[in-house]
Amino acid sequence: MRVKLCALLAIATTVGLAAPPATAQGPVILKVAIVQQIDSMNPFLAVFQSSTEVGRLMYDYLTAYAADDQTVTEGIANRWEPSADKLTWTFTVPEGKKWSDGQPITARDVAFTYNLMLTDEVARTANGSFVTNFESVTATDDRTVVIKTKAPQVTMLALDIPIVPKHVWEKVTSIKDYANDQMPVVGSGPFVLTEHVAGQFIKLKANKNYWRGAAKYDELHFVYFQNSDAAVQALGKGEVDLINRMAPAQFDSLAGKDGVTRNKAQGRRFTELLINPGAQTRTGEPIGDGSPALKDVRVRRAIAQAVDLDALVQRVNLGYAEKGAGLVPPVFTKWHWQPSASELRKFDPAAANAALDAAGFPRKADGTRFGLRLVGRAGRAYDEQASEYLKRSMSDIGIPLDVRLVSDNQLNEVTTAATYDLAFSGWATNVDPDFILGLHTCGQRPGADGKGGTTDAYFCDQTYDRLYAQQLSEFDEGKRVEIVKQMQARFYDQVPAVVLAYDNALEGYRSDHFARFTTQPAQGGVIMAQNGMWGYYGAEPAQRAAQATGSRWPVIAIGGAALVVLVLAGVVLARRRQATAGERE
Amino acid sequence: MRLAGRLGGAAVSLVMVAVLGFFLFRVVPGDPVVSMTRGRPTTAAMQAELRAQFGLDRPLHEQFWSYFTSLLRGDLGTSFTFRRPVAEVIAERLGPTLLLVGTATVIAVGLGLWLGVRAAWRRDSAFDRATTGVSLTLWAVPTFWLGMLLMMVTGDLFPSRGMRDTDTAPDFVSQALDVGHHLVLPSITLVAVVCAEYVLVMRSSLLEEMHAPYLVTARAKGLRDDLVRRRHAVPNAVLPAITLVFLRFGLVVAGAITTETVFSWPGLGLLFYDALTGPDYFLLQGLLVVTAGAVVVMNLLADLLHGVLDPRVKVV
Repeated sequence: MRVKLCALLAIATTVGLAAPPATAQGPVILKVAIVQQIDSMNPFLAVFQSSTEVGRLMYDYLTAYAADDQTVTEGIANRWEPSADKLTWTFTVPEGKKWSDGQPITARDVAFTYNLMLTDEVARTANGSFVTNFESVTATDDRTVVIKTKAPQVTMLALDIPIVPKHVWEKVTSIKDYANDQMPVVGSGPFVLTEHVAGQFIKLKANKNYWRGAAKYDELHFVYFQNSDAAVQALGKGEVDLINRMAPAQFDSLAGKDGVTRNKAQGRRFTELLINPGAQTRTGEPIGDGSPALKDVRVRRAIAQAVDLDALVQRVNLGYAEKGAGLVPPVFTKWHWQPSASELRKFDPAAANAALDAAGFPRKADGTRFGLRLVGRAGRAYDEQASEYLKRSMSDIGIPLDVRLVSDNQLNEVTTAATYDLAFSGWATNVDPDFILGLHTCGQRPGADGKGGTTDAYFCDQTYDRLYAQQLSEFDEGKRVEIVKQMQARFYDQVPAVVLAYDNALEGYRSDHFARFTTQPAQGGVIMAQNGMWGYYGAEPAQRAAQATGSRWPVIAIGGAALVVLVLAGVVLARRRQATAGERE
Repeated sequence: MRLAGRLGGAAVSLVMVAVLGFFLFRVVPGDPVVSMTRGRPTTAAMQAELRAQFGLDRPLHEQFWSYFTSLLRGDLGTSFTFRRPVAEVIAERLGPTLLLVGTATVIAVGLGLWLGVRAAWRRDSAFDRATTGVSLTLWAVPTFWLGMLLMMVTGDLFPSRGMRDTDTAPDFVSQALDVGHHLVLPSITLVAVVCAEYVLVMRSSLLEEMHAPYLVTARAKGLRDDLVRRRHAVPNAVLPAITLVFLRFGLVVAGAITTETVFSWPGLGLLFYDALTGPDYFLLQGLLVVTAGAVVVMNLLADLLHGVLDPRVKVV
């Protein structure tokens, strides 16, 4: 038995060592590290950001956002026209675009996708909110699709819904049970899904039929990392070519590394400090147990005034962020709002103290006014450091903070149930500001049973709501921008939350493998997590020769290990022989 | 009769686990629907639809009854996160976990017992002190830290994640070598951390036997020291270690959450970690039933095997 084992090992070793070294003749592959699981490859069910991002590569949307300035550009449709009453939209799907299996893309595919969502509630799981206002969708011919809406909707060019091929999906009997794993998966995007091993990796190949032209390399692989430190190391070693979502310290650790280029980009995310403004349900019943003092807007303003945002950015974000103000990050230049000199709340603890005195909260004998609880997420470096910082800032204005760092789920539970005074939160925003603005309308608060709420900060303000409704039906973009800015000013003034910082997106790539990526926007933009697929699609490989598609190390290491085992086995065998001889004596 | 009693006990344990699992994970904070939809444009109606799809809108006792009756039919339900049957999701992660934790456990048991025997036999020697010292140190080291350290120290000798590279040739030998290559660091980490247990248990139980009169008899018969140890001392001392080994084998299925997380090894430990962030109730319940089931079965086996290895157990 042992001899057989040794023989087997010997064979394996020989084969291993004799295996030819990997050459540079293979396909050019872009390997991307992702740190979030993929929930589903079915675009109607997938809700994780990672899955949506892969979905964007597989399926085009009706319209797209340009890489350089994020304006609306051609997607499946190349022309669109609203009716005079803005209730009917006509989209034109040009001739010549093809699915990856060669079938033509028509208006009927678009109508099929939207109608599926209108008729099947399961198909609304991921993107249902985009079609709630739809009355009907019809393809009048192969080129024209007509969408009628119940009320005018300004976001008709921001429908983030993957359009699926009718000839494939009409055969699907149950959307709920369809994993979309008939490889290669027929799509319209720049890449075609060819393999998905759950929890391990996803492989896509360049779509040769893509209407903008095929990508400049052959394959795109996403490999899954549970541990972001390992992902950073893997980039350093050249195991992966592209990573994002780095923490400032991880980003700094890659400085000056050979073959690695870092990209400090303007991100879509902001971090905020929620201040419970006296939470109520949609029906006006109080909910949660927020401190009554915070119902007073003067107190909320004083708290905001006592926080030095510049210092937070420098010390906690290590400079990799911009100071917060309105709800839309500066990367969306058009919609971003900054307070004017008169609106600006300057960092001023003395003024904050005076405001609290005036609001009827004098310091007690022990120097405090009232205590507050601050909830943050355990294990997130930002919350851990920023909470220490806030503790000091609040103690300067006589508010002792009781900091509690809890799990992600607990934090969600606390903020949903409004059982917080102060809490850390944050959002990723989209090109169209409707989503992030909508989170703060009165209707987003939960029902009487405390369920069904999607509010962020329990904000409810008539002025804000009126402006929200106005912008939603304002088709003159210039005017809409004005309204959106007014809304942000109102939010800033009423402080149900303080936007602390707009986080930079910290990315890194192997510039010895890939020379250039398309960022969105062109200046200071991101490669990954775009509102589009440009980062991956526009990647340009460096000199092919430089890209070795594998290494000899595995072979050598395993060969070596096998040798060691062989030697050990030999020693043990020899010893046994000796022992038997000893016994015979 | 005895066997029937044991089997009955095991069955009761399993039912308890199934019941406990349901209520235990409902206490985990967090709302699966809120976690799933956070960060996406969602309406209250969509949330209600999702709740209805998952059956979360029904009263708790109804949810429990439907879970329990499905479980009896062998149906573990559908994962909220992955939108697939729980049994299927668990099955595809079982192989990687068995491979990693199985390999590491076998190596750790072999190495640990061997070192334990040697250390006890040459008590207070430099070898004994070194073995005990090193294994205790490794036992105390946090797994996460050790894993990261190994990854850094070995540079690009070994891959930093997962079980396979995406661009390995599809033939069997290349794939097997690739998996072996990925297996090295996580196994070393696991072995280093759990080996001490076996070393110490084996060492102390052998020390207890060291001065037993039967060893004097064996030596008086003129047996070589090696044989005294192998034939007489070790068989008597190995029983506590066997119990430990079986308990450990039961836990193999539970995976090694930390090690799998550090090395992104696609096993059950990692799945557990991901399921908790939902929380994905059905997946968590399924994982608990499967892992607890493995422990119960292994305990049963250890019980039965004890009877075979040690005749005294049968008599009692």
